[in-house]
Amino acid sequence: MNPYRRSWFVRIATVLVFIFLYAPILVLMLYSLNASRANVLFAGVITRFGPVQTEGALIVQSPCGPFHWFCELAKNREVGNAAKNTLIIAVTATVISTVIGTMAALALQRYEFRFKPFAQLSLYIPIIIPEIVMGIGILVLFSQLFTFLNGAFHLRGDSQLSLGLFTVILSHIAFCIPFVTLVVMARLQGFDKSYEEAAMDLGANELTTFRRITLPIIMPGVLSGALLAFTLSLDDFVITFFTNGPGSTTLPIYVYGLLRRIITPQVNALSTVWILVVLTAVFMIQRLQNRNV
Amino acid sequence: MLKRLRENKSAQGALLVSPTMMFMVGLLIIPLVLTLVISFGRRDPDGQVIYDFTLDNYRRLTGFTTDCASGAAFCFNDLYLQILWRSLSLAFRSTLVVILLAYPLAYYIARAQPRRRNTLLFLVLIPLWTNFVIRIYAWIMILRTQGVLNGLVGAILTPVLPLLSGALNPLLASMHLPLVATTFTPLEILYTPTAVLIGMVYEFLPFMILPIFTSLEKIDSSLYEAAADLGANAFRTFLRVTLPLSMPGVVAGTILVFIPVMGTFVVSDILGGKQYILIGNLIQRQFLDARDPTFGSAASLILMVLTLVVTFFYTRRFGFGEEIVPA
Repeated sequence: MNPYRRSWFVRIATVLVFIFLYAPILVLMLYSLNASRANVLFAGVITRFGPVQTEGALIVQSPCGPFHWFCELAKNREVGNAAKNTLIIAVTATVISTVIGTMAALALQRYEFRFKPFAQLSLYIPIIIPEIVMGIGILVLFSQLFTFLNGAFHLRGDSQLSLGLFTVILSHIAFCIPFVTLVVMARLQGFDKSYEEAAMDLGANELTTFRRITLPIIMPGVLSGALLAFTLSLDDFVITFFTNGPGSTTLPIYVYGLLRRIITPQVNALSTVWILVVLTAVFMIQRLQNRNV
Repeated sequence: MLKRLRENKSAQGALLVSPTMMFMVGLLIIPLVLTLVISFGRRDPDGQVIYDFTLDNYRRLTGFTTDCASGAAFCFNDLYLQILWRSLSLAFRSTLVVILLAYPLAYYIARAQPRRRNTLLFLVLIPLWTNFVIRIYAWIMILRTQGVLNGLVGAILTPVLPLLSGALNPLLASMHLPLVATTFTPLEILYTPTAVLIGMVYEFLPFMILPIFTSLEKIDSSLYEAAADLGANAFRTFLRVTLPLSMPGVVAGTILVFIPVMGTFVVSDILGGKQYILIGNLIQRQFLDARDPTFGSAASLILMVLTLVVTFFYTRRFGFGEEIVPA
């Protein structure tokens, strides 16, 4: 019997589900070339190059031609700021949560200590409670804490403590750690301790053994943990929504704001750029990982 | 000091885990405790929390209110219970649809040539890397009255309907059955509960495909051969071998889908219109528009307890999915 045999039902269902998965993304990208500002119907692409000319809601000529909305996007300062914030948050949260989470994975896999069951249990909490509950909790904590501190130290105006980049980064670290730890722990499970024992027998101290033996072996796990943390942080909406303040808007928050006001194909252009950038990054990381193995 | 640390394995472990515990306690456990504390509080007219011990917020959630239009001492309003029920039923329905869509695809990938599996899995993951909010926005463009779906369906049906209705309607009329429409009327899906269901299913589908795939891939193909040797047909093999062995994946996927659907407010906010309120929307509005953090906290805790109870009974019935950890 051929193990790769699949019935017609499975084949057709697979094709349909793949269409379901990709249709929205393709529509999104196609509409980024829309000549209509209203963006309800696809009114064709802008074909003429030159200073912007409009006919009602239709744009018939643009210095960028069909890529009019991408040029508008490039001029948009708010998007630039949001993109910068998103990257700062994601990179900082990824680096810190990867280091801290890997340490925790080592501790939980290798050592016995008091409170270990409590530590293990607490890592599962962010996975089994809805994100909004965690977001609300953090918002309550920060707002109560800031109200108290602002009152206690008579802080006024600009020196007042408020939600911002710092609170978003702290929250992102908190929800990324469990995922990093669980991924690295999975990698540590199949770890052969005799390599480390051999290194110690040959006179290496703990630090050298960790640097030369342990770290290289668990590195693939650490990297996939970091990639997961980066993806989660980049994509996060709910926790950022409750912990951001003026000046710490991220791209998902910015897009959400646009959806509640007016939608022009500029949102589509932003989405298209987003998808292409993330895909390129993921492809490059995959190739790097494949080369290292 | 340092020397003692080198000797003491227990202290080393505690030291390594301590930064993580600082984050878990500081930004997870303390916030949850604080949420519990203020859910018993009251709010002042500015929306500030007054610490107190009253069950008013929970009483309000269950529907008993003291400010009644009729002037009675207390009356019953099931608004919030309806919201809770709506959220639960949507989460169950979304999870069911997701399982039905994810299973065949996961099965297809698990039975693909090993070389092609990674590519197919990658294709499943790509939509996840486009942003959550952007994915919902895409569905506005597809579902709205003049959107892509109605454009496609209209293009197909407009020439067909007059012919079809001309041929069938006399017969249907004689049998007192509903008639076929003569012209195409666009489907109104956006800002209906159906749109929210579609959005939820789309957002969380990949989280079901991956764990089901993982458990299907582990099944030894000799089991299929044994089933075939013993005379089972394809359907029976699926029912008695494949499905039971893939249950851990389905359970893990269910946890990964059900819990976020229960708490998400963005999908219903954007695709459901103003009238369609889920518990997530209720909580969000209490914090940002209504400015009653104490009531919002109570609702948030009820949401947590509800998901924990459902997850607990579900995992007790089917076991805790090993595939929950992505690796």
